[in-house]
Amino acid sequence: MARTLLDRLWDAHVVADLGDGWSLLHVDRHLLHDLSGTAGLDALAARGLPVRNPELAFATADHAVSSAPGRTGESYAPGAPLWAGLRARAAEAGLHYFELGQVGQGIVHVMGPELGITLPGVSLICGDSHTCTHGGLGALAFGVGSSELTHALATQTLRQKKPKNLRVRFEGAMGRGIAPKDLILHLIGRLGADAGTGYAIEYAGSAIRGLGIAGRMTVCNLSIELGAKIGFVAPDDTTFAYVEGRRFAPKGADFERAVAHWRSLASDADAAFDREVVIDVAAVTPTVTWGTSPEHAIAIDAAIPDPRAAPDAERREAWRAALDYMGLEPGRPLAGTPVDWVFIGSCTNSRIEDLREAAALARGRHVAPGVTAWVVPGSERVKRDAEAEGLDRVFREAGFAWREPGCSLCVAANGERVPPGARSVSTSNRNFVGRQGPGARTHLASPAMAVAAAVTGAITDARRI
Amino acid sequence: MQPFTAVTGPAAPFLEPNVNTDVIIRIERLTGVPREDLGRYAFEALRHGQEGDSAFILDTPTFRGAPILIAGRNFGCGSSREGAVWALMGLGVRTVVAESFGDIFFNNCFQNGVLPVVLPKDAVDRLAAEATGGAGLTVDLVAGEVRAPSGAVVPFTVDPQRRQALLEGLDEIGVTLTRADEIAAWQARDRAARPWIWAAA
Ligand code: SF4
Repeated sequence: MARTLLDRLWDAHVVADLGDGWSLLHVDRHLLHDLSGTAGLDALAARGLPVRNPELAFATADHAVSSAPGRTGESYAPGAPLWAGLRARAAEAGLHYFELGQVGQGIVHVMGPELGITLPGVSLICGDSHTCTHGGLGALAFGVGSSELTHALATQTLRQKKPKNLRVRFEGAMGRGIAPKDLILHLIGRLGADAGTGYAIEYAGSAIRGLGIAGRMTVCNLSIELGAKIGFVAPDDTTFAYVEGRRFAPKGADFERAVAHWRSLASDADAAFDREVVIDVAAVTPTVTWGTSPEHAIAIDAAIPDPRAAPDAERREAWRAALDYMGLEPGRPLAGTPVDWVFIGSCTNSRIEDLREAAALARGRHVAPGVTAWVVPGSERVKRDAEAEGLDRVFREAGFAWREPGCSLCVAANGERVPPGARSVSTSNRNFVGRQGPGARTHLASPAMAVAAAVTGAITDARRI
Repeated sequence: MQPFTAVTGPAAPFLEPNVNTDVIIRIERLTGVPREDLGRYAFEALRHGQEGDSAFILDTPTFRGAPILIAGRNFGCGSSREGAVWALMGLGVRTVVAESFGDIFFNNCFQNGVLPVVLPKDAVDRLAAEATGGAGLTVDLVAGEVRAPSGAVVPFTVDPQRRQALLEGLDEIGVTLTRADEIAAWQARDRAARPWIWAAA
């Protein structure tokens, strides 16, 4: 029978069939961060249980640490016990641990792939919903809550039910100035924030094949904003070239053997999907959110939606509340809306490729008066590479702050916040009420669009500058 | 885990779609506040006033402490934070009825003895209408039905393994640990088949 990539990834990790569609799935890689990881390790210790396979667990602090230049684990006091706890627990249990200032520290979804911890075909979990990011390399990766995280630490397995399978094909050639972020925001705007609920998403099509690994990860990263906890791309030569030579990746004959196996990780041509969606990428323009759900995404040249035109009463109310929170008027163009803050960072768009794209646009320009603009590299590796290329200088000369790696303004769990009522253009993945700080108004966009907003002081089509 | 069999009481209708776990509990509250106290901070962004004089549905005299929440589509989407479930529990919520749930939140509910009930939109709307005045509903996992004061009975299904786990208050870690030998055997085979998984230096 024809099989999908999901079938292959899933079946390869089944330790036991638990009946009723449930499987005991092996966890090949477990990433832990300071918020959920520390709590999970504490919970395990409270039960008096050891970490079953510490060699498969990798820990670093990202959420509750400051990104201020010169920061230490204690710069943000409420996060200090989490950072110190993670370090102590990791040492106790013998996990891999990456300290602030060391290569390996960074947002878990940036550091895992760059160190070769994330590999095609692995099952990978983290107590974090954006774990779907790792699907960009062809991994079966998903986020879990604290209880499941603790279960995985204790048993190296999870009890899981196989999701349904959705394939999204992005077909055609991307227009000039279109970023992977635009593809995925466009998709969420079209389908809605719950279209992927209960599904694993395979992203396919010529536009996805043409993307590098960073771009594929950006697309997979927002799977959860579509409701799907799993999203992935079949690995190919682009993937194998990316993985080769990374610290934890297989070497020599092992690598050849792994690649031979990874080549089998694809959906059969005649495999059936529960649902399939095709997007013509030629029609995708730079896309920005206007409201408080990622599904509130529109083309940069579109008007702010009018609740009176909403498809149903439920959305009419939701749109009204979103416009009210965002301080926007229906019917007016979104472009030209003045902004106060710009954030380039997060597990969506803080890789070296993103920073290169942003720097290319920032070079020779300057952040508009009254705008605070931050660049927060996704990891220590990204930071060092960017500095070696002189990108930090480009940003600084353009008036951006250049900071230390971490989640920073994506989540506001580290003392870093967009002030109440301030409007922010952010390369992150969530424009939820209060996400960047109580009362903060967030517009999600690509790195290029974020730079365009910073240098013009307003939401602006990056292709026009 | 706390077992769940049946719950009777006021059911607060809160039908906004796409309510995410950031809104249910702000992440900053998970860095300092003990788990038992999270209820005080649930839905903070929506409770414009102080507790007691806020217009938020779960602060009104009718629905304060309501054990049942009737929620909108895609409830609990977004972040994986299990604190969202703890915060709801802190408010006294034992079961949430909705058209659909965020996948991770849905799992997290079962891990804590909170029952998420999925019903079609028209059934959710009907129950919400009946519950508006504060009349109590019963969500009965044993019988697999919601009973409303009008006498209406709405059946629902829960995955059989989840149902059993809730009824018994099962400790999943304990259950899985009984399979330690099976896990070890699988890993031994995997070391030969995929040595690169295990070579991590
Ligand atoms: S960058 Fe934002 S979305 Fe990504 S892991 Fe950190 S907090 Fe979560």
